[in-house]
Amino acid sequence: MILEVTDLRKVFGSHVAVDGVSFGVGSGGSLAIVGESGSGKTTCARIVAGLERATAGTIRLGDLTDKSDRKSRARMVQMVFQDPYQSLDRRQTVASCLDEVLKFHGRDERPRRTKELLDLVGLDQRHAKALPKQLSGGQRQRVAIARALAPEPRLLILDEAVAALDVSIQAQVLNLLADARKATGVGYLFITHDLSVVRHVCDDVIVMHRGKIVEAGPVEKVLTSPEADYTRKLVGSIPRPGWVPTRA
Amino acid sequence: MSALLEFDRLRVEIPTPVGPRPLLRSVSLSVAAGEAVGLVGESGSGKSMTARSVLGMLPGGSVATGAVRFRGVDIGGLDPAGLRRLRSRDVAMVFQDPRASVNPVRTVGDFLTEVLRERGMSRAAAREKAGGILADIGVDRLAHRLKQRPYELSGGMLQRVVIAAALAGEPALILADEPTTALDVTTQEEVVAILDEQRRQRGTALLFISHDLELATAVCDRIAVMYAGEIVEILPAARLHEDARHPYTKALLKARPGSVPPGERLQTVPGVPQSAIDAPAGCVFADRCPVVEPLCRDTIPVLTAGVACHLEVS
Repeated sequence: MILEVTDLRKVFGSHVAVDGVSFGVGSGGSLAIVGESGSGKTTCARIVAGLERATAGTIRLGDLTDKSDRKSRARMVQMVFQDPYQSLDRRQTVASCLDEVLKFHGRDERPRRTKELLDLVGLDQRHAKALPKQLSGGQRQRVAIARALAPEPRLLILDEAVAALDVSIQAQVLNLLADARKATGVGYLFITHDLSVVRHVCDDVIVMHRGKIVEAGPVEKVLTSPEADYTRKLVGSIPRPGWVPTRA
Repeated sequence: MSALLEFDRLRVEIPTPVGPRPLLRSVSLSVAAGEAVGLVGESGSGKSMTARSVLGMLPGGSVATGAVRFRGVDIGGLDPAGLRRLRSRDVAMVFQDPRASVNPVRTVGDFLTEVLRERGMSRAAAREKAGGILADIGVDRLAHRLKQRPYELSGGMLQRVVIAAALAGEPALILADEPTTALDVTTQEEVVAILDEQRRQRGTALLFISHDLELATAVCDRIAVMYAGEIVEILPAARLHEDARHPYTKALLKARPGSVPPGERLQTVPGVPQSAIDAPAGCVFADRCPVVEPLCRDTIPVLTAGVACHLEVS
């Protein structure tokens, strides 16, 4: 296992955001955390990334220990956020953005590696010289993914990484994520509110509701024969051919 | 039958330092009384601009040619009083983000009764009517709700209030611009179900704007697909999957997650969605079309029998 989370709990004031949650991601595996706003899915992701501290519970990430420094952590886990425009430096070109990360991690042959990363996410030399504002939303998200893959992390956390994209672009990025996992063996922790995108990127899924896991299992099984009432409701409310919206 | 709402070759241009540039190239569409039409497309395709043109809410400095007619009257020719009457009585609009469209310091009751009071209804009668509509759409604890302010309500509850306010004025047409995009998917189902049910009961026409083809299909009679400031295809919602002919409509249907079995690759369209400004001179989709021919690049296809494509109309 690259990631093992046990009995995770996070309390903000009197509000219990995450309430006794356990899950794991195998090396090169892909796990989706699905839930609606307020379910605690993003809090779980932020704790794994080291952006929040858990109230209780244990997180084992590869061979990291409490004494590991930030650089070792950065080589283990990276994160891609929903809005690439806010997560990229608007004055930095794409090539320089990737080069900076490679340099920080002491990599050799940085120009060759930059080109490899751009190839991996389907961008070319023209894009390398561009500033974020010269790129479309989908291209910016590709840059954010390339930057996250630059230190060759074992785990990539994708927090609603395709939610803001138009459907034709979303399809490109979902395919790219599937390809990148095959090519690099990185594991994914994919946070999303949209169950329908999960099937293209993930093997397993956990469904969260009000801080707790209500169902867990292989994506195919959970999507086609959901067992928990809440999962059934969630799967049933995805618009699809022949769907008739109903009031509860 | 004459249409309730008719877009007749609507073109909207905006002046730029290099001359006028189009926001909408040519939009022709009609909505019958009581009919629901879905306007679908990706960012920048001109869906919102099309809906806003119905209320005369185009960007400052823009120039519109062609016409938008409501009950046969050209909206461009209305005087300020006529435009006010149209906005307050005949047509209601529901926006994506209810927090941005509701006055945060007024109560829900004030918001719901504003239009009715404006028409001279007594305070008590207006509150009675507003309460009745809230009850119709399944809002409980009415007396309490009417006294609440927007920040006290969840996004889904507030959007219900916005829909109730739209219905309160008894408009002939509701323009709904991505009304559920900001909501959770289970809340989205409730809110579109309410909108669908109430509009059918009241015989209100609906122009439903969405980026989600399946969602629009579920609540509309017909679907109009927009790309780069033009409608490229119009077809009955129930026949969307079977009858889609335009290459862009087909591409959208195939790109949707869920269109292929798990683990298989989604079919994608090369390039990025374009706005009317970037679109090629001929067919708007020519730059990205998988079956493009030389004719497509310089000759604009006319929307005929529901589709604007050279290869489909010969």
